[in-house]
Amino acid sequence: MTVTEPSANQIPTPDNNLNDQKPTGFGRMLRKEDPRFVRGLGQYCDDVTLPGMLHLAILRSPYAHARIVSIDTSAAEAHPKVKAVVTGAMLAEHGLAWMPTLSNDVQAVLATDKVRFQHQEVAFVVAEDRYSARDALELIDVEYDPLDPVIDVRKALDPDAAIIRDDLEGKTDNHCFNWQTGDDAATQAVFDDAEVTVKQEMIYPRVHPAPMETCACVADLDKVSGKLTLWSTTQAPHAHRTVYALVAGLPEHKIRIIAPDIGGGFGGKVPIYPGYVCAIVASLLIGKPVKWAEDRTENLVSTGFARDYIMIGEIAASRDGKIRAVRTNVLADHGAFNGVASPVKYPAGFFGVFTGSYDLEAAFCNMDAVFTNKAPGGVAYACSFRITEAVYLVERMVDVLAYELDMDPAELRLKNLIQPEQFPYETKTGWIYDSGDYEPTMRKAMAMAGYDELRREQAEKRERGELMGIGISFFTEAVGAGPRKDMDILGLGMADGCELRIHPTGKAVVRLSVQTQGQGHETTFAQIVAEEIGIPPEDIEVFHGDTDNTPFGLGTYGSRSTPVSGAAAALVTRKVKDKAQIIASGMLEVSVADLQWDKGSFSVKGDPTKSVTIQDIAMKAHGAGDLPEGVEGGLEAQICYNPSNLTYPFGAYICVVDVDPGTAEVKVRRFIAVDDCGTQINPMIIEGQVHGGLTDGVGMALMQMINFDEDGNCLAGSLMDYLIPTAMEVPDWETGHTVTPSPHHPIGAKGIGESATVGSPPAIVNAVVDALKPFGIRHADMPLTPSRVWEAMQGNHTPPI
Amino acid sequence: MEISMNVNGDDVVRDVEPRTLLVHFLRDHMGLTGTHWGCDTSNCGTCVVWVDEEPVKSCTHLAAMAGGHRVKTVEGLETADGLDPVQEGFIQCHGLQCGFCTPGMMMTARALLDRNPDPSEEVIREAISGQICRCTGYSTIIRSIQWAAAKERETSVSLEGSVA
Amino acid sequence: MQVPAPFEYERATSVDHAIALMERLGDEARIVAGGHSLLPMMKLRLAMPEYLIDINDLVDELQYIRFTEDEVRIGALTRHQQLLESDELAAIFPIFRDAEKVIADPVVRNKGTLGGSLCQADPSEDLSAVCDALEAKCVIRNSSGQRVVEMHDFHRGPYETAVEDGEMLTEVRIPIKPNSSSAYHKVERRAGDWAVASAGAAVTMNGDVIADGRVGLCAVGPNLTNVQPISDALRNQPPSEELYARVGEIAAANASPATDTRGTAAYKTHLAKELTIRSLRKAVARATGQEI
Repeated sequence: MTVTEPSANQIPTPDNNLNDQKPTGFGRMLRKEDPRFVRGLGQYCDDVTLPGMLHLAILRSPYAHARIVSIDTSAAEAHPKVKAVVTGAMLAEHGLAWMPTLSNDVQAVLATDKVRFQHQEVAFVVAEDRYSARDALELIDVEYDPLDPVIDVRKALDPDAAIIRDDLEGKTDNHCFNWQTGDDAATQAVFDDAEVTVKQEMIYPRVHPAPMETCACVADLDKVSGKLTLWSTTQAPHAHRTVYALVAGLPEHKIRIIAPDIGGGFGGKVPIYPGYVCAIVASLLIGKPVKWAEDRTENLVSTGFARDYIMIGEIAASRDGKIRAVRTNVLADHGAFNGVASPVKYPAGFFGVFTGSYDLEAAFCNMDAVFTNKAPGGVAYACSFRITEAVYLVERMVDVLAYELDMDPAELRLKNLIQPEQFPYETKTGWIYDSGDYEPTMRKAMAMAGYDELRREQAEKRERGELMGIGISFFTEAVGAGPRKDMDILGLGMADGCELRIHPTGKAVVRLSVQTQGQGHETTFAQIVAEEIGIPPEDIEVFHGDTDNTPFGLGTYGSRSTPVSGAAAALVTRKVKDKAQIIASGMLEVSVADLQWDKGSFSVKGDPTKSVTIQDIAMKAHGAGDLPEGVEGGLEAQICYNPSNLTYPFGAYICVVDVDPGTAEVKVRRFIAVDDCGTQINPMIIEGQVHGGLTDGVGMALMQMINFDEDGNCLAGSLMDYLIPTAMEVPDWETGHTVTPSPHHPIGAKGIGESATVGSPPAIVNAVVDALKPFGIRHADMPLTPSRVWEAMQGNHTPPI
Repeated sequence: MEISMNVNGDDVVRDVEPRTLLVHFLRDHMGLTGTHWGCDTSNCGTCVVWVDEEPVKSCTHLAAMAGGHRVKTVEGLETADGLDPVQEGFIQCHGLQCGFCTPGMMMTARALLDRNPDPSEEVIREAISGQICRCTGYSTIIRSIQWAAAKERETSVSLEGSVA
Repeated sequence: MQVPAPFEYERATSVDHAIALMERLGDEARIVAGGHSLLPMMKLRLAMPEYLIDINDLVDELQYIRFTEDEVRIGALTRHQQLLESDELAAIFPIFRDAEKVIADPVVRNKGTLGGSLCQADPSEDLSAVCDALEAKCVIRNSSGQRVVEMHDFHRGPYETAVEDGEMLTEVRIPIKPNSSSAYHKVERRAGDWAVASAGAAVTMNGDVIADGRVGLCAVGPNLTNVQPISDALRNQPPSEELYARVGEIAAANASPATDTRGTAAYKTHLAKELTIRSLRKAVARATGQEI
């Protein structure tokens, strides 16, 4: 199949129909979901209104750490529009005060004994309308006995630190877990032997996915049938259903989760939050549908944060720039409960890929995770399970090494990239990179950027006292979790189901277990099926987001939709096609082996005039007359796909910044991103995903952080304080790609949803640090706000925590 | 209190609390859920609608203040002639992903093009700078608005041509 | 979503009506114009007025930019967008366009008003610095008449102004001086953010020397707006980089910012100097026909 690809940054116009190529399969195609969205007819959770629906609002703790002495709900209960006021004590009576997190810890639904982070859920109100529910919160009187909060992660393990998790039997400190990977001794041996070693502490600050739509749900428990229908902002409807069954003791077949349109997720809508459980309990108690919709503050201060790692990185290298070993020691702040959404055997997610894209002799990581009096989380914010942190570490460290060796950072990277013949490549931490051809990708990015010319410009500008920086990152991602032998969440294997039915007239419906949050699944999955079976995408309905009507699967996060569910869609289609071929052999009265497939029809080899289309076959499959012996009627199939490995997309990013020497303001002038996600299904959608991730990177690198004062008050509780880039802070993105198909994926595709969020922060930080080279600066921590950059220029760089 | 206004060409009257925010008036009392809300502090712009042809943030605007005025929402963009060129542009240029910020973005874009039929990239960036998109990184939104501008210029040229 | 506590709402039909309502309702009442300062505070329930008096209908009385020979009079209900778009205003006081470009965002500027900004008296609010640099006067009306207050008397402290119960700000008057110009510089972490710090300068030239110059600063201390020692240092001095640097030092010495999430005290103090220099340099260039 030929896909005419536009050159980089070619812009669609009314004349060129650039994106509207109407492929029967892969290629640029307009999205099927857009006609409803541009009319304002998307249906998001808060758009759901049911007859008699009540509204739930949550009272939250003003303290980060305090014992609850008493709660007086009488005034709230007396409010004429209030239907119920529920406290943790009341939940405890039903055994519902605590719920499991996705990492086998527990989290309070409503606090019973004490609050462990500011804004923790303490009570809820259900009222006739959302305004009254809010009013009634003001009428609840809670008496707290404040305790010393543990806020500074570096002091969390001090012997005199208050014990946060006294709910866990025998817990005498704030240690959450220790995790190691790689070979300590072998790594030490390389370091002992190395000509050059560099060491740098760096911080990946706590950030938040902050999708534009906050979390919300509508719970409707039918008293007669006992069936719970929950409209919910969830990226993982099936996994949520199982967890609700386990928590609430509801039979799983009596739970139906509907994920309507989701206004962005970015990992933030993977966990189950107390608000969802509260709404379910409320509907159970009152017998009416109950809506909960958090406000933006609640979203930022209580739902899943990401990152929050203090990392000490070390590289051992030769004097001529051969990187030999990477070592790191990490202190991870997990907040009050361990809410990480990673596979169970991977408490630090896939941080093990901190070895980067380089051929090493040894690597080792030691990590200690601790509890603090902060909101729980550790979600994969547009990142496949802590890979953002890992890539930041190694890509920042490579620049630190380049600084020490006084070597060009592009040259240093090129010297150390894993070579194409080394794939599949097993890293020193045990990851099998499935495929890669790194150097052409790097060279392409350098060519697009005009790298040598940029360096010349920089040299001239430095002469004049101007501050220009060029930053590079080269990353390898590990996405598509994952093989069931290694990976599960709460005992659920990370597989995805897919069901395809071809209707008699040759139209089709494909049912997915994953859930789009803007990635365009309704388009992409139609294209995958179309490519395999030749039915045009507009004739294929993609159905998802309803556990009653889709096969089981783990959901959309960690860029797993295309690697896992996309593979399932391709394979289920092949299964249907195999059956179609048998039916075609009967229709054409030749053996199966004598049939030739042209996308959309079978013909007799050597006689193309004798052919049947897939539509003909579908009618035959459902119609009258005999089918070949042993073939059932109908044309449909269902499978469950267990990936044999992750997929490993990669990319080379180059960022150009200008720093105002007087005010230290950073301007991202250019950003060049060359991505390789293997086979491309819809280049338009891929480009969009990359653009979004790059913008995330600008936010994290330059402006955003969830920070706290010493009492544990969250200082980033609104979009006034937690800054997200606008159109003014980002350049017109320059994107390109190379294609190295995944050898084990049925269509060779790798995930792309998160590459740019992973790859861009180090490129931006490296660019800023490069700009500041005249000041002798080797490292500066995110977020690189004007103030923090200026302080670094004065020699006063301080870590953000 | 009774509030009457014109919404997307229809005169409407609703009895609501004085404190009702315009965004809730539209969503909860009118059922026009195309207008979204994403923050409480007028930072995100998902709630942008027009009051008398001017884009405003309806989360920080009382419904009462809009009484007696004309309000236009995303649901009012499409006409009997079809989609507004801005809506078409967003589809053609992949100007949306999750679709949550899109209605607000389009309302601002429409207002911009009504005042400036050929805005530069810089002018567009500035015009949408009070609105956050988490998905697109803005480049495709800018292209979408430029697409609409080009389409409208073509249409107006051909109309002038036919008159001449 | 956060929602305000209940209140009663009334639309004023005239300034006199609004003042009568204010007088009758006392401190339980608040005026709402654009609402972009008041409504967010009401949603957080930091402000819980029992009555809101909506003055948005008073366009004829309160929304105007009028030019006399020696003064510009701007109605309190004039929107940011109108201040930004007025070419006549920009010709005389380019500082307004400089500042308005970076105040909030275009959609907020469609509703937010001059009067609302000044009355909010946020120490990080830009127009206070602008008005101070321009030696603006504020017209405050009550039922017995009106009084005119100098800008530096208008601000009494963070979030506190000279407007008493039963009074409202109706107009800002700015003297037009020949051979003058002005400029504004702001550093923000991101478009639409409040200032980390900003400075506005206005100068009047007399031949080759600065006859009179004023600098208003924002976000570098509790309502530190005009800095008198700066004016003293500029008076009758020929413009030069040395002079700007000296004056920048004075600005820094008079700044007393606090460290917060927008920046450290040291950085903001540095910006007081840096932005004072930049705005003065630009104001002088404009006043002398050498726009940079």
